[in-house]
Amino acid sequence: MYVYDDLDRTLLTERVCEFRGQVARRLSGELTEEEFKPLRLMNGVYLQLHAYMLRIAIPYGTLSTAQLRMLAHIARRYDRGYGHFTTRQNIQFHWIKLEELPNAMADLASVGMHGMQTSGNNVRNITTDQWAGVAPDEIEDPRVWAELIRQHVTLHPEFSFMPRKFKIAVGSSSHDRAALRIHDMALRLHRDDAGELGFEVMVGGGLGRTPYLALTIKPFLNTRDVLSYVEAVLRTYNQFGRRDNIWKARIKILVHELGPEAFAKEVETEWQSIKDGALALDPAVVTEIGSRFRYPTYARLDDSPPELAQARAADRRFDTWVNNSVSNHKMPGYAIVTLSLKPEGGTPGDATAEQMDAIADLADRYSFGEVRVGHEQNLALPHVAQRDLPALWQALDAIGVATPTVGLVSDIIACPGLDYCSLANARSIPVAQEITRRFHDLDLARDLGRLHINISGCINACGHHHVGHIGILGVEKNGEEFYQITIGGRADEEARLGTLIGPAVPYAEVADVVEDIVEAYLELRVRPEEIFLETVERLGVEPFKERVYATR
Amino acid sequence: MRLVKSGQVVGDTFIRVADDAQIPDDRPVIIPAARLLADAEAILRRAAPTGVLWPNNRKVAELAAYLDRLALVALDFPKFRDGRAYSQARLLRETYGFRGELRATGDVLRDQFIFLLRAGFDAFEVKKDADAAAFAGEIARHTVFYQPTGDGRVAASRTRQGV
Repeated sequence: MYVYDDLDRTLLTERVCEFRGQVARRLSGELTEEEFKPLRLMNGVYLQLHAYMLRIAIPYGTLSTAQLRMLAHIARRYDRGYGHFTTRQNIQFHWIKLEELPNAMADLASVGMHGMQTSGNNVRNITTDQWAGVAPDEIEDPRVWAELIRQHVTLHPEFSFMPRKFKIAVGSSSHDRAALRIHDMALRLHRDDAGELGFEVMVGGGLGRTPYLALTIKPFLNTRDVLSYVEAVLRTYNQFGRRDNIWKARIKILVHELGPEAFAKEVETEWQSIKDGALALDPAVVTEIGSRFRYPTYARLDDSPPELAQARAADRRFDTWVNNSVSNHKMPGYAIVTLSLKPEGGTPGDATAEQMDAIADLADRYSFGEVRVGHEQNLALPHVAQRDLPALWQALDAIGVATPTVGLVSDIIACPGLDYCSLANARSIPVAQEITRRFHDLDLARDLGRLHINISGCINACGHHHVGHIGILGVEKNGEEFYQITIGGRADEEARLGTLIGPAVPYAEVADVVEDIVEAYLELRVRPEEIFLETVERLGVEPFKERVYATR
Repeated sequence: MRLVKSGQVVGDTFIRVADDAQIPDDRPVIIPAARLLADAEAILRRAAPTGVLWPNNRKVAELAAYLDRLALVALDFPKFRDGRAYSQARLLRETYGFRGELRATGDVLRDQFIFLLRAGFDAFEVKKDADAAAFAGEIARHTVFYQPTGDGRVAASRTRQGV
């Protein structure tokens, strides 16, 4: 947990006060909607199909229980009793009234939360591995660096009106759980041959209409230089990124039009002129930020306590859940527990106020008061003693967040789609719901193994469909909802964009197509351990395409 | 439009001279970039101060040779949302050491004031009268800044170090 100090609190309070004034000027008519739009966007306020939507940042996916309870309060007091966790470690409330927004923001600020820069053409919420600080394969906690960057880019006077939004992710593990290469800029912490800590810098990733994976422009950047290098990249982009066409305004287009070498050279020239200035990181500053991350005082425990083994032997449902939703922790005797927000027939990523409150209570009791939010739209309790797992499972099961399908076919990532979003061409949520109903047989889902389905309701790709093992993209054709299907995408350390298998299919056939693809996989895999993605990588899309379109 | 300097609405001593108009010898002028570059030495020899209106899609490096003789650089915000001139301003101040008047012109609204100041602007052609009148109050709203820029305001990281 990063703990705010007076400076952080003051900045937030001043921001709420400023936004209150802006809302008042909008309501009085002093500001036109066109003038108000960039101001509200800088505070995470969108105008959607039915109402204003407020997006709140959960920096690097870490929540205290006080913060989670505040989100429950926001849901109850200002919205319709639930919130929607997004693919970028944010939460959205879709039914907020404009005149109540300043009060909602003041409530959030009281626990160090805000919607600053969760929309608009600025640097968005900095994301990272939801298991940061507890993952066994981690080099160092990436959140300290994410927080340093967060502060540097928050209300940055130079970079608040860039050509387009700018998303940064920070990773620190051999296994990429932060989808680094689909970001405008990604920083991967690693050590060079001399043992020195630094970042691999990647730029130009992004999905949307023109999907690209980020390219490495600097294999090793000393940690001292991370802020100056971020500044140089942003300055290059701010000046030279395209502003004539919103579809070509992201940094990925600049990087690919200039070529990564030429882009890197521009950045390097700029960076050389500023790297030894005020942005060179003083180790004392890094230490200070690091010291404000609170870590639990773990008990000395052994792995695999007998009460866990007994409970697993006694209850098959519990055993299934442990196999599926519990992951290794860096400390012996502890575990990371994923809380599924993907119940059968539910909306991926939604949680009710009651669930949030209950999860906060359980986190206080079992996870040192800490909760995590991941880009897969699930939550996690990051510090659970293994001996507590049976009791925790009972409680999680009772509130509906112990569906043991994490990483399986029904653990679907989906954007809000046409049910809420004014940009969408097609619905996402009902497609996800139907697929979870088709695959409700847990034995089948487990037999299928790891299989990620991602659904976006339009080409903006908020559901990251390009990097789903199966990607589903809603499009509009003659006023009707159609869906393009891609397969073979992945968002991890071997990130790859999926391949389109053929013509779009109508809404009513999407779940059938997914079933066809899955049946083909079951026939084609050489052994049960070969996951869907490996079969696609081995055989290409042809056999799947044949199966899907043979009868269509 | 109102000109704001040092937090006050003030009169403008500079006049804008169009591309084809005569440049008066004895009055402070702001001239278009292309015209300055076409005849810089002659124009800058005049007794009265010279300013230039620099477009936001041209590198400020082209101005470097003339900065010590320019009294004013006006940077353009064709739209509120087009923030290229923030980078130009910081480059002029922090990389090229320009100490003359740095003026924001175009779609300049209240909500940009603090960003403009922090980027190095010290004169503002404010579009709405009500915004110009609110300048000082708007600036006073902000007391904490996370990042250092060349404007001298102390970044939070420095305050925390007790520097």
